Amino acid sequence: MTECLTNKKVLIKGNYAIAKAAVLAGCQCYFGYPITPQSEIGEFMSGKMQELGRAYVSAESELAAINMTLGACSTGVKAMSSSSSCAVALMQEALSYATADELPVVLVSVMRGGPGLGNIYPSQGDYFQSTKGGGNGDYKLIVLAPSTVQECVDLTYKAFYLAHKYKNPTVLLADGLLGQMMEPVEFKPYPYPEIDNSAWALSGAKGRDGRVIRSYAPLADNQCEFLKKLYAKYKTIEENETEWEENGVEDADIVLVSFGSTSRNVRTAAKLCREKGLKVGIFRPITLFPFPSKRLQEISTKIKKFVVVEVNMGQMVQDVRLAVNGNVHVEQINKGVGAPPSPEEIAARIEELV
Amino acid sequence: MATQVFKIPETLRKNAKYTFCPGCDHGVAIRLVAEVLDELGLKDKAILAASIGCSVTSYDFLNVDALEAPHGRALAEATGIKRALPDKFVFTYQGDGDFASIGLAESMHAALRGENLSAICINNTTYGMTGGQLGPTTLMGQVTTTSPSGRNAEYYGYPIKIAEHIALCDGTAFSARVSLDSVPNIRKAKQAIKKAFEVQIKGLGFGFVEILSSCPTNWRMTPDKAHERVRTEMIEVFKPGIYKDITTEIEG
Repeated sequence: MTECLTNKKVLIKGNYAIAKAAVLAGCQCYFGYPITPQSEIGEFMSGKMQELGRAYVSAESELAAINMTLGACSTGVKAMSSSSSCAVALMQEALSYATADELPVVLVSVMRGGPGLGNIYPSQGDYFQSTKGGGNGDYKLIVLAPSTVQECVDLTYKAFYLAHKYKNPTVLLADGLLGQMMEPVEFKPYPYPEIDNSAWALSGAKGRDGRVIRSYAPLADNQCEFLKKLYAKYKTIEENETEWEENGVEDADIVLVSFGSTSRNVRTAAKLCREKGLKVGIFRPITLFPFPSKRLQEISTKIKKFVVVEVNMGQMVQDVRLAVNGNVHVEQINKGVGAPPSPEEIAARIEELV
Repeated sequence: MATQVFKIPETLRKNAKYTFCPGCDHGVAIRLVAEVLDELGLKDKAILAASIGCSVTSYDFLNVDALEAPHGRALAEATGIKRALPDKFVFTYQGDGDFASIGLAESMHAALRGENLSAICINNTTYGMTGGQLGPTTLMGQVTTTSPSGRNAEYYGYPIKIAEHIALCDGTAFSARVSLDSVPNIRKAKQAIKKAFEVQIKGLGFGFVEILSSCPTNWRMTPDKAHERVRTEMIEVFKPGIYKDITTEIEG
């Protein structure tokens, strides 16, 4: 596998890049079920994991795939699953359990059009699904949103690291565009320290009592204490791991907020606006949880308007509005599903909004 | 010279508080599992994928590492554990609702893949923890809180014969049905559990035991009457025996 560790850039499809990065990160077990537009991840894994003596299972359903991932993660190894939209919906129960069990699950979610079966075009319609919890109870998933194939690699590495560091399920939230497009990528070695899981992982109760990883909490008081502990952890994650990119914000009147593949066209749109003399900056959350609310609030005191551009009917915009808390107007540019609006379309809308 | 004739298995937790209803067979089944783990020297390398239902508290009694699976997913979680740690002994302890209703896909596919896992399924013909509703093994004519006039085929369909279905899977090494209604049958049950565990140790595939058990509380019966029902009504439909054994036969 080290053959792909090279300083040379290689041209590679997003889904393959994610799969390769997972293998390079030391993922020992992959469990999946096919769904477009992410099937290449499982296809790559089926051959490579077997070749390396690691585990690959063609699960009977996404329910089984994600629960197998929980099982493997309970032993402390790096393990993952990948899926898309309507099938990630099937995994929500297990993700809720994984937060309650504090298991380092990594899930790659390659978004497609919804609701329902929808279609296989790219979409950002699962922002809520991944950041607001589709399962039961109070919990958060760490959510990382790449915008290039290189970032698919870098954030796959990071997903394994953060999942293990915080013992919290972590989602790499890509979309059909990133999964299917090819870009030049550099594969560097996994850059993060290995986390010692021996204090909690299941290994057989040799010389000690059996450990139980469980979420069943028959007493209300116990559950209140556990939730306090869980939310203290989320606060630490917010303090330490919030990541974003911003450009041209200092003198901006308008700041365009977008995440993932949409931010590529938004970047070009901002340039077009600048050429026309409009003071436009860009802001791109890289972590969707933790969300960079604090920075957005700071910016809100210096600008006239935020414009949130998304390929959904308006999901992240709600978090931007919460962060800004009425300080400035927050406008929306949305496209329900498909490739992101073109830079020209976005720039034209900005001119209308000015 | 005194001879010890009774002891608490090493694999049972000390000072565990008994939480099952009076007359429930879970206690006997869990004890048998503990005895077999002791006898095969598996306590230190065993990992349990626990299930949802009355069976969930198995980890309060068995002193082994355990992961509590969501309802029906025990064999998926067990698959993940075993694939990550192939040298460990991985088993599930489930009820009939968990194994054969909500988890039927996970159960069957674990068997079809020939996972080196052992699964124990308690069949008491009802959902015990939620108060005795109709389940996948509820007998024809049986009155439950959701079949108030008794199970009939037109309205509710038919019960599943679990051990027979699991025996049909090519990846299954051992599949048996046993009963806990009497001492001789309890002895046979232990033999079957041991066999289901041994096939995993030998790497032969999926080992399965369905255990017919009483649920006096939800059947509204005394423990004696409940065992009488197992002996007469249940065994009539769910016939004990070994349905598949790719090694040598043991007494059925």
